[in-house]
Amino acid sequence: MSDTNFDLVIIGGGPGGYVAAIRAAQLKMKVALVEHQHLGGICLNWGCIPTKALLRSAEIYRQMQHAKDYGLSADGIGFDLKAIVDRSRKVSGQLSGGIGHLLKKNKVTVFDGYGKLAGKGKVAVTKDNKLITTLSAKNVILATGARARVLPGMEPDGKLIWYYKDALVPNEVPKRLLVIGSGAIGIEFANFFHTLGSQTTVVEMMDRIVPAEDAEVSAFLQKSLTKDGLKIMTSVGVKVLKAGKDTVSATLEVDGVTHVEEFDRVIVAAGIVGNVEDIGLETTKVHVDRTHVTTNEWCETDEPGVYAIGDIAGPPWLAHKASHEGMLCVEKIAGLKGLHPMNTDHIAGCTYCHPQVASVGLTEAQAKERGHKLKVGRFPFQANGKAIALGEPEGFIKTIFDEKTGELLGAHMIGAEVTELIQGFVVAMGLETTEAELMHTVFPHPTLSEMMHESVLDAYGRAVHF
Amino acid sequence: MPIEILMPALSPTMTDGNVSSWTVKEGDTVSAGDILCEIETDKATMEVEAVDEGVIGKILIPGGTEHVVVNSVIALLLEEGEDAKALDGYTASSTAPTAGASVAPVAAVPAVAASVVAAVPQQSGARVFASPLAKRIAKGKGLDLAQVQGTGPRGRIVKRDVEGAAPQAVVSAAPTVMPESGTFTAIPHTNMRKIIARRLQDSKQTVPHFYLTADCRIDKLLDMRKSMNAASPEGEGAYKISVNDFVVKAVAKALVEVPEANAQWTDDAVLQLHAVDISIAVATPSGLITPIVRNADYKGLAGISAAVKDLAGRARDGKLMPEEYTGGGFSISNLGMYGVKDFAAIINPPQSCILAVGAGEQRPIVVDGQLAVGTVMCCTLSVDHRSVDGAVGAQFLAAFKRIIEEPALMAL
Repeated sequence: MSDTNFDLVIIGGGPGGYVAAIRAAQLKMKVALVEHQHLGGICLNWGCIPTKALLRSAEIYRQMQHAKDYGLSADGIGFDLKAIVDRSRKVSGQLSGGIGHLLKKNKVTVFDGYGKLAGKGKVAVTKDNKLITTLSAKNVILATGARARVLPGMEPDGKLIWYYKDALVPNEVPKRLLVIGSGAIGIEFANFFHTLGSQTTVVEMMDRIVPAEDAEVSAFLQKSLTKDGLKIMTSVGVKVLKAGKDTVSATLEVDGVTHVEEFDRVIVAAGIVGNVEDIGLETTKVHVDRTHVTTNEWCETDEPGVYAIGDIAGPPWLAHKASHEGMLCVEKIAGLKGLHPMNTDHIAGCTYCHPQVASVGLTEAQAKERGHKLKVGRFPFQANGKAIALGEPEGFIKTIFDEKTGELLGAHMIGAEVTELIQGFVVAMGLETTEAELMHTVFPHPTLSEMMHESVLDAYGRAVHF
Repeated sequence: MPIEILMPALSPTMTDGNVSSWTVKEGDTVSAGDILCEIETDKATMEVEAVDEGVIGKILIPGGTEHVVVNSVIALLLEEGEDAKALDGYTASSTAPTAGASVAPVAAVPAVAASVVAAVPQQSGARVFASPLAKRIAKGKGLDLAQVQGTGPRGRIVKRDVEGAAPQAVVSAAPTVMPESGTFTAIPHTNMRKIIARRLQDSKQTVPHFYLTADCRIDKLLDMRKSMNAASPEGEGAYKISVNDFVVKAVAKALVEVPEANAQWTDDAVLQLHAVDISIAVATPSGLITPIVRNADYKGLAGISAAVKDLAGRARDGKLMPEEYTGGGFSISNLGMYGVKDFAAIINPPQSCILAVGAGEQRPIVVDGQLAVGTVMCCTLSVDHRSVDGAVGAQFLAAFKRIIEEPALMAL
């Protein structure tokens, strides 16, 4: 019989749970990780990573179609959807296997089963509804993640009405595609299928797409996608989805008037709900608010010894947030000194459509709401040498400073590779730099990052190249 | 590699101290056990001995340097065969004093000391680690960053630290209007003076004091003292019991009767102490210190007398060991020898009580309805109401009065 006593048991092996497990092992804890599906969680298996693989195929396909612009010739450009999907699955498989090796290397005991709290300091592990073992630990971290919000009347049928998992393994490119929801997930799928030839419509209930982003970014993205041929409908509600034999009729409501449109496939990407059911919370004091576990700044729940990290513990629903919480939570349990709570204003978000979107901190509207007087700078891709050389003249970088203190309140980017640029501003925010340090920083030439510098300069009326 | 001689920590709470003087000079050969220098802490002067043998290669921190951080290199010892070239690369600047104000508090339990340490801001002039944003905000508010405690990584001052800080700190830190020069002598604060100032200010401002006063007739005590001292042998074993020794003994016995008064206040609990350790306020040239008569309830009058004499003597010379003035459950302050009739003392936290003892003086008193002359000593007990309530304080004072007025009880 294997050992069942641990210092820490983590339920869920996603980017929150497995990172927490490795950090705990580094801190000499005896750690068990319970995962019933895939190491790496949704992120690695059905989220961030496989979508990036699909989008990479789409990006290259798009570039090939523009080969002539670069003086290249490419004839007979086409794609094999099955091969694209296979590559995406292979990427996930490779990384998931990598997580297994990392956990093994760090001597984390992985239980292949479903973990559930079973009384104080106990976690029951079941497989196929049979109890395998019961683990004991002083501390338990819940890292069970979240899943797509299923809209009533729009349940996935695996055939015509898709959620992200179906959309990741399509067997054909739908002719007419409706995407419900214009957050990162909706926009990325819309972009992928549209690039491969779907006639794509995105509907958004709010008055603009990517509603979490700065309004200027939303407007720019909408213009860009529309120019590309995507149909975007904002302030539109989907009343009814009626699946027929091969098509779905969607009743859309615009300004109180409904009309019906036919689609071949529908992707529903309308947010997520936390995985709080059937993990034994009813036996604890853990408080659940709208499918998410309530925690304090150290990821502690209301039940002593039970912690929650990542998507189950509330927004922002991002893998890197989960990983950071995992480390912080474990360090807190270990009693490390000098810890600092995570600042959610300093967590960047990235959307991998074309053009890419990345942002950190407050939008201009949020900053104004908080009572800041602002200095706002903008710099367009079309004035950056590297962007022109890349043939990516579309996009801009916007920076928002507090007028009084020079605090960098927010940075918003749209354009090529901005998801790789944003970390510069994340570091700057974390170190609490002001515009002065950013102005004094020498950005390398020729890079897209020079636009970050110019945007800061522009906020103070000093942009050089525009 | 030369051996680094480090600034020692003389107590668990000590973070810095002063290098008062060196008894060796560069080039001197020393062997283990030789006195190298004197270190002054908040309360005591200690001699630092050599642990290894060798030649003093370089004295990095000269005598008279204040606020030398514990574990910083103060001198370098060359081992046998090592020449002075090995000293290259060591500079005084790399070990220059960077401490904040002195921090080890008087007679504090470590938990209290730790919190005091954390609250002490960096000294002006030392490098202040602050984020650019924090600097900008502080500048805008007219805030002196040296007065701000950083909570960021490695104690760096970050935005949240300065946002909450009030600029008043600067106002109080700014020099007050000074009298014309030449009309005064400025006496720089010693560590001890700073500690006394801070600790007593904290006590008076944060501890809810109340006061109980009792007149104690000490005629019997004086008679007993006279006959006891008259019976002292000459030379070996000689003793001279003071009135104060009786007071210590009476307090010790009263604390055994009312142990609730032998208590320390902490945030989480009132600690009722098991040992009767009594702190005695002793005036020294550099200020007040409170050495402790340990287990005073187990000591006879002669034992108490000898302990007080020894501690007070060494206290005046600044030679007390930290453990000799750290702790204690109750304090006595006696100003009777100055003719003070009555006074109220400030509690010495985390203790809960301090007894202020006035002069014994002849007064008209009423005995059985008749006027008489009696020697009366006025004692005022200052009490921390958080840990000791009025009735308990009164019980203690009543027990003390009964014992001091009937000193034969001390023999029990």
